[in-house]
Amino acid sequence: MTLHLSIMLFIPLACGVLGLLAPARLAARVALLGTALALAYAVTYIVDFDSSASGLQYVTDETWIGELGISYKLGIDGLNLFLVGLTGLLFFSCTLWANFTAWERPKLFYFHFLLAETAVLGALLAQDLALFVVFFDLMLVPFFFLTGMWGGARRVQATMKLVIYTLVGSLLMLTAAIATGVLAAAGPPELSFAFSDLAQHPLGESSQNWIFLFFAAAFLVKMPAFPLHGWMPDGYRAMPLPVLAVFSGVLSKVAAYGFLKVCLPLFPDASLHFQTLLLLIALASILYGSAMAFTTTETRLILGYSSVAQLGFITLGIFALNAQGAQGAILQAFNHGLVVAPAFFIVALLAARAGGSEDIRDMGGLAMRAPFLAATFLIIAFATLAMPGSANFVAEFYILLGVFSTKMVIAIVATSGVVLASVYALRLYITAMHNRTGARVESRELSLREGVVLVPLVLCVIAIALYPQFALQRSDKTVSALTAQPLPTVAETLPGATPYAPREETP
Amino acid sequence: MIAAAAKVAGPHIDWAGLGPLLAVFVGALLVLMLGLSRSRAAREIAVPALSIVALALSAVLAIGQWGERKDLVAGALRLDELTLILTILFCIAGIAAILLSWRHVAPREAAHGEYHALLLTSIAGMIVLVAAQNLVAVFLGLELLSIPLYVLCATEMRRASSLESGLKYLVIGSVGSATLLYGSAFLYGATGSTDFSGIAAALGGPSDLVSDPLLVTGIALTIVGLAFKASVAPFHQWTPDVYEGAPTPITAFMAVATKAAAFGVMLRLFDVALISAANDWGPPLAVLAAITIVVGNVGALGQSSLKRLLAYSSVAQAGYMLAGVVVASRLGLQATVFYIAVYLVMNLAAFAVIVARERETPLGDDIASLNGIGATRPWLAWPMTIAMLALAGFPATAGFIGKFYLIDAAVAGEYTWLAVFIVVGSMISLAYYLKVIAAIWMSPSPDAAGAAPAAVAAAPLPGSDQPVLAGGTEEATGWRGQGEIVAVAVVFGALTLILGIVPSPLFDAVRDVGAALGLL
Repeated sequence: MTLHLSIMLFIPLACGVLGLLAPARLAARVALLGTALALAYAVTYIVDFDSSASGLQYVTDETWIGELGISYKLGIDGLNLFLVGLTGLLFFSCTLWANFTAWERPKLFYFHFLLAETAVLGALLAQDLALFVVFFDLMLVPFFFLTGMWGGARRVQATMKLVIYTLVGSLLMLTAAIATGVLAAAGPPELSFAFSDLAQHPLGESSQNWIFLFFAAAFLVKMPAFPLHGWMPDGYRAMPLPVLAVFSGVLSKVAAYGFLKVCLPLFPDASLHFQTLLLLIALASILYGSAMAFTTTETRLILGYSSVAQLGFITLGIFALNAQGAQGAILQAFNHGLVVAPAFFIVALLAARAGGSEDIRDMGGLAMRAPFLAATFLIIAFATLAMPGSANFVAEFYILLGVFSTKMVIAIVATSGVVLASVYALRLYITAMHNRTGARVESRELSLREGVVLVPLVLCVIAIALYPQFALQRSDKTVSALTAQPLPTVAETLPGATPYAPREETP
Repeated sequence: MIAAAAKVAGPHIDWAGLGPLLAVFVGALLVLMLGLSRSRAAREIAVPALSIVALALSAVLAIGQWGERKDLVAGALRLDELTLILTILFCIAGIAAILLSWRHVAPREAAHGEYHALLLTSIAGMIVLVAAQNLVAVFLGLELLSIPLYVLCATEMRRASSLESGLKYLVIGSVGSATLLYGSAFLYGATGSTDFSGIAAALGGPSDLVSDPLLVTGIALTIVGLAFKASVAPFHQWTPDVYEGAPTPITAFMAVATKAAAFGVMLRLFDVALISAANDWGPPLAVLAAITIVVGNVGALGQSSLKRLLAYSSVAQAGYMLAGVVVASRLGLQATVFYIAVYLVMNLAAFAVIVARERETPLGDDIASLNGIGATRPWLAWPMTIAMLALAGFPATAGFIGKFYLIDAAVAGEYTWLAVFIVVGSMISLAYYLKVIAAIWMSPSPDAAGAAPAAVAAAPLPGSDQPVLAGGTEEATGWRGQGEIVAVAVVFGALTLILGIVPSPLFDAVRDVGAALGLL
């Protein structure tokens, strides 16, 4: 069976362009069709994926710009498989959600939305460093418009800040990527940016170091991680909620994925060299994010700061530099995306029931006549706080296990992040759903159309909680190949880290 | 007697090789005469049409000779792929400028014949300049390109700022020319040759001429002279004023063609004739490039006039292109030529939109003239958006690939720090390019009372059934009297995208240019 990745990659964009040309009332439907097709493709890949192979599957490899050594090379492996699935799922759900709102200039809205999906998929699928950079930067363009044109108050300033922050990182990454290609091509072979070619020509330690830092800056801004999160509050306040859900659910994961895909295999020495620095940044993100999440009262920002904390966990797992950590990071990236998108959707539902205010002080008592809404919200909240039994618990367990075996102290401090997560997640749930009923609160059960968006996502959360091995098995081979080979120093200190077998987790 | 006269054979003239140049010159003469016609139609339609024909013919002749490399006019000019690709670019810029000024006030006030003849002469000067293979031809080409432009800047004779612009350009341009002439004299004094190959041979010889103060002074003065033309900081101060004051079609032409010509001659002079002295001019030129990038980008930040903004942006872009010259490698040369082409495409799209909005709104070239055109004028909004994204170097546009190529060349040529400057410059540039895009899409339309209500009302209603791109209505777009300008904007906007996705044809052309100059 041939499953061309290009088809999945460009279906959304094609439908976006089609939507521009079609009558305005059809734009939303065409967009829904495009995301549904992409999701169908993604699910097919997940089902069809051969989890016993460690290499790339479904590879497409064409020369794009021969002069610059850039190839159009796409592929799926254990690292990006579930992120591709997540992207398909979230974009589909959020398009469905967006379908319920009448947007101004709908054609443009859906065009940008679908362009974003293509860009994200491209960044995830790219197996060429330059192509990765192209799509990574391209992701920003649609979000610039989506925020600036359909956003809330102070949207233009927010979107400028967002783009300038993230593009500063991206441009540093561009230099670093070009330098990687040029320096790796010091020998006679032609300039090539394909990951497989780059991995064969490791760079010298000093160049690795600065290049690594440039890449790290780009990824940390995108995540966002603690000292580089300045754009986050404004950006999150201004973005329309369906857009914010995919932004928070998917784009930050691309950054985490970038660490796994680019930094670890291509700059192994630098990754080791800066391991402590990155772990400390991750730790700071966890603590800062958690602390902010349980002090702020704006629901969006509670979720925003909780994302900072969760991405701190993911970074922690990646820079444990061993198989458990990486496994946990991938699973957690998937989980977080799966949890944060319905969370933002619930925020929209809550705001609709609390007189339009997204401040938790205006909420309260929302569970009164909406037991079903409360139940779904509770599931999401439990998943966020990594309740034992949830897939987030499994993932955080792996992450902490990975870090424990390398940097014990950091792991101990990070464990407090798990505790803090339960504080902010439960605070959000309790203040919104229980407590005294807010002045303008009108408790309503989920409507059918709201349920259509929310329930499938919640079912996915439950499914992955019941059977996390589904994801773990598929990423296992790639992760062990990734962490085993380039980092002998770490692997040696860790007997039993590689060959690693997924163990039974009792949910 | 008769037999003797018959023996005096004229010099061999390679008519084919001179074809592109002659087409433009003859076109200029014909247009000048046709401009004297009493028929208004002849003046207003036939003159621009004939000019376009001349330029198109010149471009076709240039394309036809692709792959030929030979000396012309006793070695004064060189016909190779560099000359040809730049000739094609000048012709494209010229055609675009003519289309943009078709119904503009400038040619009407200056008389159509003169206006177009001057434009064609200027293009002829550019062709001479980039083909020049000795210092005399360089100066000849430079003056032939500059003098018509001084006049063209002042063609809106009833507007003081246009006259001021012309005068300022004249004064500063003359200083630049004089400096260049002085530098040429020093170069001749140091190397004993005005010919590029002679200079290269003298420098490549055994003598330690390379660090001779006479030569270094000559190089320095030449750099300054050309820096004036290419608006490289700190010799760029004239740029914003002249760009702002000149009629916008002429600004567009100057911004793209003059810059391309200046960089063309720089490539030939530095990367061919003076290549052995690369250690003399490389580092100072690199510093100039870095300064230019910073000055241009910072200068553009506070501008509210689009023409001034693009003027500073063109200074910054000159800095990027200079980085390609500095590297002095084949890769650098190719990256520069590639960027020149890309730069031309991006800027023409942007200037076309400015011309269109200048005629539609009373706001002139103020950035507010673009407010809300995303809703009302999608055919102008998209090209401008693409042009701005491309200038800022976003992927999927030609600007990204151009910048990628330049950074690639800089890093490969051991100028990584200069690559970082390019990147830092691009970061600063985001602030003003995005401001323009924000005005287009995220500001309310000021003429909401006039044309907009239809579009605004149409947009949010899913019921409105209009097969028009991006929510605009055909009535609101008001083509009449603007068709050719919108066409220019759309064509170059689309080219910006296409070259960003399928750049291979341009890469192939540029590779031939690199082979022609024989750099390593």
